[in-house]
Amino acid sequence: MTPPVKTPSLNVLPLKERMKVPRQHMPEQAPNLRATNFTEVNLGYSTELARQEAIRCLECAKPACTDQCPVGVKVREFVQLIVAGDFMGAAGKIREDNVLPAITGRVCPQEDHCEGGCLMGKKVQSLGIGYLERFVADYEQQHLDFTKIRKAPPTGKKVAIVGSGPSGLTAAGDLIQKGHQVRVFEALHEIGGVLVYGIPEFRLPKKIICEQVDYMRAMGVEFETDVVVGRTVTIDELMNEEGYDAVFIGTGAGLPQFMAIPGEHLNGVYSANEFLTRINLMHAYEFPRYDEPMVDLGGKHVAVIGGGNTALDAIRSALRLGAGKAYVLYRRSENEMPARAEEVKHAKQEGINFQVLTAPVEFLSNGNGWLKAARCVRMELGEPDASGRRRPVPIPGSDFDLPLSLAIMAIGTSANPIVQSTTPGLQTNKRGYIQADESTQRTSRKGVFAGGDIVTGSATVILAMGAGRRAAQSIHDYLISGVW
Amino acid sequence: MFKIVHAALIAPGIKRFVIEAPRIARKQKPGQFVILRLYEQGERIPLTIERSDPQKGTINIVVQSAGKTTHFLNCLETGDHILDVVGPLGKPSEIKNFGTVVVMGGGVGTAMTYPTAAALKAAGNRVISIVGARNKELVILEREMGEVSDQLLITTDDGSYAEKGFVTDKLRQLIDHGERIDLVLAVGPIPMMKAVADVTRKEGIPTVVSLNPIMIDGTGMCGGCRVLVDSKSEFACVDGPEFDAHRVNFEVLIQRNAMYREAERRSMEEFRQLGTVKLKALRQELEHACAGNGGRR
Repeated sequence: MTPPVKTPSLNVLPLKERMKVPRQHMPEQAPNLRATNFTEVNLGYSTELARQEAIRCLECAKPACTDQCPVGVKVREFVQLIVAGDFMGAAGKIREDNVLPAITGRVCPQEDHCEGGCLMGKKVQSLGIGYLERFVADYEQQHLDFTKIRKAPPTGKKVAIVGSGPSGLTAAGDLIQKGHQVRVFEALHEIGGVLVYGIPEFRLPKKIICEQVDYMRAMGVEFETDVVVGRTVTIDELMNEEGYDAVFIGTGAGLPQFMAIPGEHLNGVYSANEFLTRINLMHAYEFPRYDEPMVDLGGKHVAVIGGGNTALDAIRSALRLGAGKAYVLYRRSENEMPARAEEVKHAKQEGINFQVLTAPVEFLSNGNGWLKAARCVRMELGEPDASGRRRPVPIPGSDFDLPLSLAIMAIGTSANPIVQSTTPGLQTNKRGYIQADESTQRTSRKGVFAGGDIVTGSATVILAMGAGRRAAQSIHDYLISGVW
Repeated sequence: MFKIVHAALIAPGIKRFVIEAPRIARKQKPGQFVILRLYEQGERIPLTIERSDPQKGTINIVVQSAGKTTHFLNCLETGDHILDVVGPLGKPSEIKNFGTVVVMGGGVGTAMTYPTAAALKAAGNRVISIVGARNKELVILEREMGEVSDQLLITTDDGSYAEKGFVTDKLRQLIDHGERIDLVLAVGPIPMMKAVADVTRKEGIPTVVSLNPIMIDGTGMCGGCRVLVDSKSEFACVDGPEFDAHRVNFEVLIQRNAMYREAERRSMEEFRQLGTVKLKALRQELEHACAGNGGRR
């Protein structure tokens, strides 16, 4: 990364005036309309809105936005290029650090990163960095010329990327720009990993992912679907027989966790991963045009258990499939909810019913093997636990039955064991995740790097991308120096 | 895309496909399966690999028409293509010298027991195979199973071939005749596997079944294939597909597999109404789609 160079400001608006410009509202589909379709909620900034928002930037000498970005996007510089009207220049500036801008502009929890660091946020509302990034990425897509993509001189080194989710795509994008030959192996039939099977169309349209992947193909990245590394081919075979000089493992989050409470095996109790995979990857919401079925949710009562982005994606999808009532059951309070702030806001607008400090203790059967209700208990917050958050404690005698046809468990995942169990010498931690150095992403195996959820457990798209970026840098260093 | 290099009916409604899939052929071990998706709008279905030829780079699958996807698949012929085939998935069967092993195949499940039976025989076991089918025409792999078994017993539900009865009747007879059995492997319809488990549980004979729950990705991500084993959720795609039959809750498996019955019926009905002309057009469309995707991959 080159250190940002302070250039004379192109923004003619005096600093104190900039604070007076309100944060520009993101145009969105009306809540009652969007609750019935899978079309994207946010509609994107116009050129005018983008420039109006961009002039708010205070151009800090030490921009905390960049410091707090896991991939180090040079926010101040790209925003100034928007002010100057050089949108393609802005896109190029973002791409120096982030190969998936149209995706991060949509799904990053900006309040935890760039916008959380924004100085203006301390006084008024922070700069809409995510909205601006999305605007620039979408503008770039419309004006793209693949012939102008510059290719680095080839180094003759080959890198295999295992998994095409955010960490793998980021590593691939960075490595191809350094001149290495890069091939991405994906277990599923679509490229994108969690971006495709996990995040719904209304938050991240498939078209956007396809465009970003097409851009990577144009840069020279090769993709191979239907390859489960560990089963179809092992890491050792990739390195010893197929001639890869380094491997990056970004296989992502694994199998869903369940609560191990009575009745969890009933029909109608889903994991969020299955529920979302049916809808997103397999298009079950378009049944019977697509073959994959989904139970009829028309008018039914549905609850998701959990408070993360996956939980909100699942329940908002259920609402769009016609659920009559849609609940979020979360055992802590809204303050502890890990979901992205904008998603919570959108979900509330759409009429999702939030039952916080509430957890199921049993699922009740209708007598025919299907879910009828969840027996729930109310909670109160006690002493802080290991995570630093106050531990939810059940309130005695607060049990009540919530009638439900569908319950979706979104309480986290555990490590997928396939790569670890088929790669001798690859060290894992006690929870089964791959051990990798925090700064270099190196594993215990020479030439093998890992990052994203398979190292950290369930996290976010941007944190996985940060790991992919660090891995790409240290893979490059390793390939060039030969020193492990 | 994956080319079908040979397709032939081996019994009414049961077809064997030889598919070009070099990566899978090289790695396949007995007990493992593939997931395939026929076309862009298709679902992903798991199918056990009957055998593979690493030299030729092909795998065999044996498919019985049941729902829309298997009916469509069984309309495909030599030279056609399948959009996606991924594998080999699941843990391989445990192969070692157990002593005497009884291998039980019910219906098309027989094809799934074949590679394991062959490997068990090669590992020095005495293999007694019991193959069951509804009637004479549906008895499959008789010759192949005979080749890898010290003893081959056949039953048909209607008595139209060999002995009338169920595979469990034969198992019972073996036990009653004092046959010392060290392991039973049973693959077939869930009620058959459950019946086998009920017999061997009482006798204390270790028993392995290969389960076929609803499955989507098959790679340890979605959790759709969870089965209740000793009151704990386990996942057929990474923990299985083979499980200790005495620990499996078969009632829950039956209940969960019935979850989409209504949608499956609807899909099948629409498929039946297609007629041969439309089906031919669909096959051509599929070829086209496969060719298009083949270029991209």
